[in-house]
Amino acid sequence: MEKRDVVIIGGGPAGLAAAVELKKKGIEDILIIEREKQPGGILRQCIHDGFGLTRFGETLSGPEYAQRFIDQAAQYHVEMICNATVIDLSSDRVVTYDSREGLVQIQAKAVILTMGCRERTRGALAIPGTRPSGIYNAGVAQSYMNLFNTMVGREILIMGSGDIGLIMARRFTLEGAHVKGVFEVLPYPSGLPRNIEQCLNDYNIPLYLSHSVVDIKGEERIEGVTVVQVDENMKPVPGTEKEFSCDTLVLSVGLIPENELSIAAGVELDGRTKGAFVDENYQTSTEGIFAAGNVLHVHDLVDFVSLEAEALADGVVRYLNGEAQKDCEIEVVPDRNIGHVIPQRVSGKRDFQVSMRVRRPMGRCRITLRQGENTVVSKVVPKAIPAEMIQFKVPSDKINSGEKIEVLVNEQ
Amino acid sequence: MSVKTVNGAGQDFGTEHEDRNNSASLYDVAVIGGGVIGSATARELSRYQLKICVLEKELDVCNGVSGRNTGLLHSGILYEKNMLRTECSMEGNAEFEQVAEELDVPFKRCGKLIVGFGDEERKRLEKLYQRGLENNVPGIRIIDHDEIKRLEPNADGDFAIYVPSAGILCPFTYTIALAENAVKNGVEYHFDSEVIGITREKGEKEEEGRWRVETKSGTYYARWVINCAGLYSYKIAEMLGFGPYYPNRVKGEYEILDKKAGAFLSLPIYPTPNEYGAFDIHVTPTVDGNVLVGPSIEKIGNNVDYSVTQKMIDHLTENGSKVFGYVKREFFIRNYVGVFPTIEDPETGEEIDFQIDADDQVPNAVSLTCITSPGLTSALPLARRVVRKIRQKEELAENGSFDPTRKGIVRFAEQDIETQRQLIKEDPDYGEIYCRCECVTKAEIKQAIHNPLGVSTVSGIKYRTRATMGRCQGGYCETRLTASIQEELGKKREEVLLNKNGAWMFTGEVK
Repeated sequence: MEKRDVVIIGGGPAGLAAAVELKKKGIEDILIIEREKQPGGILRQCIHDGFGLTRFGETLSGPEYAQRFIDQAAQYHVEMICNATVIDLSSDRVVTYDSREGLVQIQAKAVILTMGCRERTRGALAIPGTRPSGIYNAGVAQSYMNLFNTMVGREILIMGSGDIGLIMARRFTLEGAHVKGVFEVLPYPSGLPRNIEQCLNDYNIPLYLSHSVVDIKGEERIEGVTVVQVDENMKPVPGTEKEFSCDTLVLSVGLIPENELSIAAGVELDGRTKGAFVDENYQTSTEGIFAAGNVLHVHDLVDFVSLEAEALADGVVRYLNGEAQKDCEIEVVPDRNIGHVIPQRVSGKRDFQVSMRVRRPMGRCRITLRQGENTVVSKVVPKAIPAEMIQFKVPSDKINSGEKIEVLVNEQ
Repeated sequence: MSVKTVNGAGQDFGTEHEDRNNSASLYDVAVIGGGVIGSATARELSRYQLKICVLEKELDVCNGVSGRNTGLLHSGILYEKNMLRTECSMEGNAEFEQVAEELDVPFKRCGKLIVGFGDEERKRLEKLYQRGLENNVPGIRIIDHDEIKRLEPNADGDFAIYVPSAGILCPFTYTIALAENAVKNGVEYHFDSEVIGITREKGEKEEEGRWRVETKSGTYYARWVINCAGLYSYKIAEMLGFGPYYPNRVKGEYEILDKKAGAFLSLPIYPTPNEYGAFDIHVTPTVDGNVLVGPSIEKIGNNVDYSVTQKMIDHLTENGSKVFGYVKREFFIRNYVGVFPTIEDPETGEEIDFQIDADDQVPNAVSLTCITSPGLTSALPLARRVVRKIRQKEELAENGSFDPTRKGIVRFAEQDIETQRQLIKEDPDYGEIYCRCECVTKAEIKQAIHNPLGVSTVSGIKYRTRATMGRCQGGYCETRLTASIQEELGKKREEVLLNKNGAWMFTGEVK
């Protein structure tokens, strides 16, 4: 069986950044396995701009952003096989992939999971109604339009205000389709404020907050939907039903980390992130298997995906050098106002970066990490919304061993 | 296309099939309906020297009742001994190993549990058990809590009837296999051919008459007409001169669960039937590893309504979780609705048995109505009964070249690693995964696009390969499927259809 120091599953922004960073740190024997014909992941279809402000200090399109890493990977001679799909991963790090050249198995010292995420579907939400054609997930519609030059419809309704849906509202409009409205079940948008501004408001596309699609009509192609207002418990308010006609319904109702292979490898998943439990080295519960990017937790900006993958490289290098890493025994636990927190376990011996998202929009608030009565770190942020990730460095000097670290957020 | 047609006695009628809109073919038998019953009938008739066509209103087989059910191989315990349903389902059940082998379709004789709690349910189960004994359902027995747990740790009950002969099959694969086998033996399928009129043209003698069947794609002539029209069978029956029939169709909603939940269910679990003998929500594993929750039961008169409702989703979730703990939202991947062609006796209001009508008043016609559950299990037995009806009227010469076997598309995901290696070596397209969730390769997609029935819809590929049937519901592979349809069949974007006319996918190019 072929042997490798590092196998990276997925050549999107996380996988590319991890590979380049590992090369910079002197790890030579790396293979990226990418299922598409080219690297770049989902960025290939994100032809809009706004990428790279944090990582590169300038605004780039998705393909431009990806190209920076693809170029670096080439410069550092990162080996990559495309059009090859990993179909199995074992807990002892045997990677099996399918390609036109054959079925290949590799024994890796370390495996990096960078498979990204997928979209939540109509079926997962069990939206009532018929099953006509013309119902597309936003990312699928984006792929059709930007990679296949294929137009999916003309009279568009969008369910969910996730970022891809917002971006697609603008894209449809620019291509001459009529976007009649965006319906969001929550009382606030799921996507970033800048996308609400630049993709909806700039084009006079109405956003209906606290609205849900409760019926889909049409036997062949979709003909319309019934929308209803919901109360604070997300229950439909009787009498508020409204009919909207359309020939296309686009769903932008959330992303789910794609962890099928992680599960196969026995990696424990966090019910909150739907990604792996990781320590400060981004190592999962399965030794030698690491995870970063959207497969770990869904990010708001690709810049943070790259940065996280770069941070992961440190942990992988330590692991390959045989430095003990089973010392991460302090749990990091979010309070009820926080949706999730990464990492979920730390050693307390090294500084680490914490990532989190709040559950509901908040004004000025204080975020505190504490162990019992001992405050590890505390900082104030001017506002916090679920659409935006919050990240900051946590110094290790005030962490005691043993007791769990609670992450608390208090609106001020 | 111009095909010279010959009647069953070998006499040249000289009529020519010019094109779809100007057709004047004479068939020995026209089967109306390309569901499991029509396809089984066509396949069984192809054992004889007959020129046969199947007229199907949709663009593929298995689009009505046949594709919207539970996929259960029934045991024969559910109905009275003297019913045709019981007779046919027991006959169909007993032979299914052989059928599955001949047609290369997946099938598991996994057995089934009907579980109960408390004295009241015990009494009802005893009654059902007695019927099973009367019907000679093989191997049934009443088991206790411990044995339930041994058979399926995720089932629960104080006691249960264990029905070892029950099984599961894939209704799509089975119907497609029957149709492909029929085509292999000379049967012609005409899709997009909804029957809009049937008239009897009299000949010099009664047996020289023929049926003129008008469809939306053209007119067909046939010496015999077999009505296997499923939901619309009562209408065709009336066009032929049978009936009248009084439909009171049953709508059943289903929930499909992820294979992650399917890993915890090895056999169907039913609750005890209620005092009227009806079953509430049950759970059934599929041969592919998912779980079906349902159906709900709702009488809808002569409507056809395929819409899922919030009310029933809630009902399925609540009651399904009583028999199987994994009926949870996190495992939902899709819903569907079945509409069953139930017909009632107008006087008693009771559901009637399977009907096979053949009457001297309506010469050269056999009509099957009320083929509701267990129709899937009963398809071949019913088909053989149709053949018998024809043979009562005329002698049929055996088709010496009849081949009962058919091979399906070799599924990459179901092979061991050595076979997978061999497949890629023989065809590198097996090395490209198109559908990630179900691990379907480009090779399978291409074979499905070039299927023997000439079906070109996205759903047609789905039913032949399982692509798009996983938890991402086509998020990854649908773009590949639609691109392949365009590429392989030379179709334009706007010609790609999801499943039927009018179900367009695209308006065209972006620019």
